[in-house]
Amino acid sequence: MAATQEEIVSGLAEIVNEIAGIPTEDVQLEKSFTDDLDVDSLSMVEVVVAAEERFGVKIPDDDVKNLKTVGDATDYILKHQS
Amino acid sequence: MTAKIKPAQGSPYARILGVGGYRPTRVVPNEEILKHIDSSDEWIRSRSGIATRHWANDEETVAEMTLEAAGKAVADAGITADQVGAVIISTVSHFKQTPAIATEIADRMGARKAAAFDINAGCAGFGYGLTLAKGLVVEGSADYVLVVGAERLSDLTDLTDRSTAFLFGDGAGAVIVGPSDEPGIGPSIWGSEGDKRDVISQTIPWDGFRVGDVAQLPLGEDGSVKFPALRQEGQTVFRWAVFEMAKVAQQALDAAGITPEDLDVFIPHQANMRIIDSMVKTLKLPEHVTVARDVETTGNTSAASIPLAMERLLATGKARSGDTALVIGFGAGLVYAATVVTLP
Repeated sequence: MAATQEEIVSGLAEIVNEIAGIPTEDVQLEKSFTDDLDVDSLSMVEVVVAAEERFGVKIPDDDVKNLKTVGDATDYILKHQS
Repeated sequence: MTAKIKPAQGSPYARILGVGGYRPTRVVPNEEILKHIDSSDEWIRSRSGIATRHWANDEETVAEMTLEAAGKAVADAGITADQVGAVIISTVSHFKQTPAIATEIADRMGARKAAAFDINAGCAGFGYGLTLAKGLVVEGSADYVLVVGAERLSDLTDLTDRSTAFLFGDGAGAVIVGPSDEPGIGPSIWGSEGDKRDVISQTIPWDGFRVGDVAQLPLGEDGSVKFPALRQEGQTVFRWAVFEMAKVAQQALDAAGITPEDLDVFIPHQANMRIIDSMVKTLKLPEHVTVARDVETTGNTSAASIPLAMERLLATGKARSGDTALVIGFGAGLVYAATVVTLP
């Protein structure tokens, strides 16, 4: 069953917490991975791969650079999840 | 008529008998790199784990560094240079392509008449050479084989590229592979993914310097033509290295019948500390496994990185002769090679 927006955000929050040690409550739709959450380009790759596994989506490298905020990533997963 | 051909008489198995390394005398701290790029020591360390690297001076050519490392490996193996039957050098930074630098090495080290050739398998060059050496020893075409990874990547570094200027280092690492009664080198899991050949590459091919093409070459700030350099797509390389190469490493363990519990040492190509840390996590290596983290003070030396790290782990007592080690190289091509070895 496809995940809801709320489930995706809370899933991303757990992933970002696990990889970058950011408190889950800080991970909100409007937050920028790089500027607000201190997720650098390499950690972003780890976040993306973990999100792929968790939500059953494929996020090619070319698309990763467009995922600036948690909201961008959430929308992408909502649209592409199987 | 088809006459019966007598095959060569090889050894039942092969192993690494000795290792040697050479690091250039000049240590280059991040502060020196920062003269050329807008970055910081903290940024470089957090993205790569690199604090210092060695850069060669004019005398420390690929040949001289190779000879130093080779001499140490021969001595460590307890053989003499004239017993070496084949010399395999992996390098992408020896700029006189013909003849192969391996012939100069064979001659000057005293391995006269040895088969001698160069290979280019980027950062997987050591594993490729090791695979060839194992085959030669077991098949019987050479008793002892010298395998060297030798690079002067400072010559192929664009000091103004803030994503790679801090990454590369110079050095040479060598091993002697020879006969053994027990398997000392496991099955090689090696291959290529040529559809990703543009992910890591030299910026300009050498024939781009022909008169007539020069107008299309990129210029530096001072207006001079930029020398070729290595460039890469960092995120793509990171993803491939961490997640795809962890699978290859696992296959090498499985093929050798080794569990992570059996393993003493993990020596991945020293590309970047973040890749090493993430691979260790993805592979779920147990706490007791010693992990090579030579990149911190050596930088990324491509084909030289695994034997250099191996030599340092043994020299500092962090690994011991007879330990079981997983080695994996990966890089431009993209190419990769992983195998389990018994340390010399």
